[in-house]
Amino acid sequence: MRPVYVAGFAELPHLLQDNLLDEPEMVQRVTAAALADAGLGRDDVGFTCSGSNDYVMGRPFSFATALDGLGAWPPIRESHVEMDGAWALYEAWVRLQHGDVDVALAYGFGKSSLGSVEAVRTLELDPYSLAPLGIGPLPLAALQARALLDAGLATEADFAAVVERSRRDGNRNHTAPMTEAMSAAHALTLPYISSPLRGHDGPVRTDGAAAIVLSTEPVGPRIAGISHCIDAHQPGFRDLTVSRSIATAAAAAGGTSGVDVVELHVEYSSQEGIVLRALGLDSSVSVSPSGGALVANTPMVAGLCRIGHAANAVRGGAKRALAHATSGPLLQHNLICILEPA
Amino acid sequence: MSDDPVTRFKAPVRLDYTVTAGSVTADFLREILKGRLVGRRCPDCRCVYLPPRSACPTCGVITTEQIEVGPNGTVTTFSVIRFPFEGQVLEPPYACAHVLVDGTDTPLLHIVGNCDVDDMRMGMRVRAVWAEELKPTLASVRYFEPNGEPDVTYDSFSGHV
Repeated sequence: MRPVYVAGFAELPHLLQDNLLDEPEMVQRVTAAALADAGLGRDDVGFTCSGSNDYVMGRPFSFATALDGLGAWPPIRESHVEMDGAWALYEAWVRLQHGDVDVALAYGFGKSSLGSVEAVRTLELDPYSLAPLGIGPLPLAALQARALLDAGLATEADFAAVVERSRRDGNRNHTAPMTEAMSAAHALTLPYISSPLRGHDGPVRTDGAAAIVLSTEPVGPRIAGISHCIDAHQPGFRDLTVSRSIATAAAAAGGTSGVDVVELHVEYSSQEGIVLRALGLDSSVSVSPSGGALVANTPMVAGLCRIGHAANAVRGGAKRALAHATSGPLLQHNLICILEPA
Repeated sequence: MSDDPVTRFKAPVRLDYTVTAGSVTADFLREILKGRLVGRRCPDCRCVYLPPRSACPTCGVITTEQIEVGPNGTVTTFSVIRFPFEGQVLEPPYACAHVLVDGTDTPLLHIVGNCDVDDMRMGMRVRAVWAEELKPTLASVRYFEPNGEPDVTYDSFSGHV
């Protein structure tokens, strides 16, 4: 494989509601910042790929509108995935393997504030058997959490501990929204919103954008391995307490031996244990030091941010950082990207 | 319970949104409430966009300058609408036209009224006719109408067709 390096990363502040920036302005600002971080200009970019979703943005072809922010005239080599920007980065990585371009730009953008992410996620489910029931991501996550409790793999205190740590770390991350500090002990006294999950067990949904510049020059953390794998779409077809796709993707990305930092794309505190067990890791590694996707959950962006923060961890001295991105209901589709010093 | 197989069922799908315009379009709509058209200028190529764009698609930079444009303009091309459909502002036949509003570089898709369709010409000079009650929408310009100025030559707008 051709070595690929993370040359630059930028994210806009994840805001509860961003009324000022439209899509082109979000994309312009975040891609300009990522290119500045990489010390590169737009003319250096040989391939660009974006991740976004029209159902989130509430308008058709929002990804095409957003291209205004790139300076895409005369035409540039550009592609789009209707997925989290982490998969845009994967396509950019594949494109760099072709060997004819040396710098690629991946970005994602999304706004939770325009509509209901829960309603969109509900419509992503099987259109015959599940979507008409109106079962959204929260009740599904609660079913999964209940399965964990029943199997003796987790306790509600474990969920609360994830919330305490995520909020503490998120409040040190200037791009994440401020959240009320919460001790695990206090969290456990709060009411259920979908038993056994409490309100704080779910994500803080935000608006924002992120961008990563990849280069074949060793100017930043090296992508030691990247792979993605998918489980059955129908949650009823799977054992919800485990994730085979995460384990498979991690093995294909080179395995988790020596990993000292992980950035995990978990939307519900109950899912963190599933991801760690699938990776063969425990909480002795540094888990989501950015605060993770629980406290700054921008749709189509949160996964790409995990890769960016893992790269930042390597820049800060980590020896082997693992980023995880997820898509689909209950950790259906998972991407693993492992980063090491160049 | 019937043993008949289920062959069809209704599953209505609906998603609701509160779309925010963003500050650039919001400024444009606020000016429309004052009866003014404003575009945005790219600081690099100096191109003026109407409706305004937050970023220049050619240069990939934020458009920084808002400038008042119009109310006159030039028809760069047009098509005659002869069929009635719901929501029309004018009775057919009338012309749907690209109007290059004075001071801008991007033609605006709009309609032309107070003009016999047989008199429509590329290069015709027009002015904006505003609705009596202004709302935050481009439909507050009801249509453009001939302003009586002589036609301009094709060469003067050929770069904007």
